[in-house]
Amino acid sequence: MAANPMSQFDVYRIGPEIKVGAFDISFTNASLFMIISTVSILLVFNLGSKRNSVLPNKMQLLAELSYTFVAKMISDTAGSKAKPYFAFIFSLFMFVLFCNMFGMIPYTFTVTSHIIVTFILAAFIFIGVTVIGFIKHGFGYLKLFVPSGVPAVLLPLIVVIEIISYLSRPISLSVRLFANMMAGHTMMKVFGGFVISLGLVGGWLPLSFSVALTGLEILVAFLQAYVFAILTCIYLNDALNLHH
Amino acid sequence: MIKKIFFQSIFFSFLFFKEAFAAESGGMPQLNPEFWISQIFWLVLTFGIMYVVLSKFILPKISNNLESRKSQILENIEAAEKQREDSEAKLKEYDEIILKSKMEAKTIFNQTREKTLKDIGVKKEVLDQQIDDEINKAEKEIEVLRVSAPDKINKIAIETSSELLEKLIGSGVNSSSISAIVDDLSRRNGDKYYGN
Repeated sequence: MAANPMSQFDVYRIGPEIKVGAFDISFTNASLFMIISTVSILLVFNLGSKRNSVLPNKMQLLAELSYTFVAKMISDTAGSKAKPYFAFIFSLFMFVLFCNMFGMIPYTFTVTSHIIVTFILAAFIFIGVTVIGFIKHGFGYLKLFVPSGVPAVLLPLIVVIEIISYLSRPISLSVRLFANMMAGHTMMKVFGGFVISLGLVGGWLPLSFSVALTGLEILVAFLQAYVFAILTCIYLNDALNLHH
Repeated sequence: MIKKIFFQSIFFSFLFFKEAFAAESGGMPQLNPEFWISQIFWLVLTFGIMYVVLSKFILPKISNNLESRKSQILENIEAAEKQREDSEAKLKEYDEIILKSKMEAKTIFNQTREKTLKDIGVKKEVLDQQIDDEINKAEKEIEVLRVSAPDKINKIAIETSSELLEKLIGSGVNSSSISAIVDDLSRRNGDKYYGN
């Protein structure tokens, strides 16, 4: 099992098989880590919002810094109109961040390294943003595909490109996160395997690589959560403030 | 854009060659649809619960905390500003008082100096007057003494000469003749002694 760098992504059933109709919704290790992540998030932010002192303690500071960080990110990219969606983007950012970070602990499972999870999140964002856009602007939202200041000759081509680029948003959003997490974890596993196979003499080089990669992957874990959230904000901005 | 297309092509190739990967030992577990429904179900469940709890209970509290802190800090800043203004006004008042008292002290000093100088002048005049009087008196006395001195000397000379003559001759000599001689001598020598 340890030899295969992909085996860390295996999903397996924990407990009995649960079936609702034709669907298998068994509790798996992926479900376990989703629950661990959400419970940790709720715990951290509940502790951080329990007491209201002028001089915050560590937990309160953590919660409030995260709050202001996400609030600033949203107001910078999507403006004040995006305020009703703050809770969703906050949840999204925290969920992806905690799942990524829990994945950095050895022998854990990385929820976000599965394309189906990231794709469901991205698809939900895509559909939600499109619905918001049509509610806010009606069919005027289709103007998004017609950039201003483009020569009439090029317009058919540009519109097609814009539509393809719009439709590929959920795919790029989900694949970006999934591929980053999977690649990073696979690489760490491969280097970890080198440490064992090269032994006490040659194992130091891949070990030092592994240490450096761990730092890099923690950065990537944060960065990908940030990118995921900020791209959501940008898509939301397109839907809320039609510029084209 | 190129990156996007690259990723998409990777993604689609994963989809299309799923069977090929699955045929290998393990392949990519991500593309095994066995637990996709389960993952979707648990994702929606956990994320949904987390979203509801965060948006309904936790985030409003944090926002409330932040707002109350902000307002409290603003209040404190306002109070501090007010106190600063107060202290500035007090400082101004203090400066004015100091300036005023300085001026007062100056005038009092000047007045006292003038008064003292005047007093000194008056006293000096009085003293000068007294000294002048004394000097005048002394000069007068000296003058009187000087005037009376030759007479006395003459008298002493007459007495001494008459006594000497009585001792030498043995009989009294007419004092009037002696005084005539002494007068004559003293008048002749007076120029030498007194420079008159």
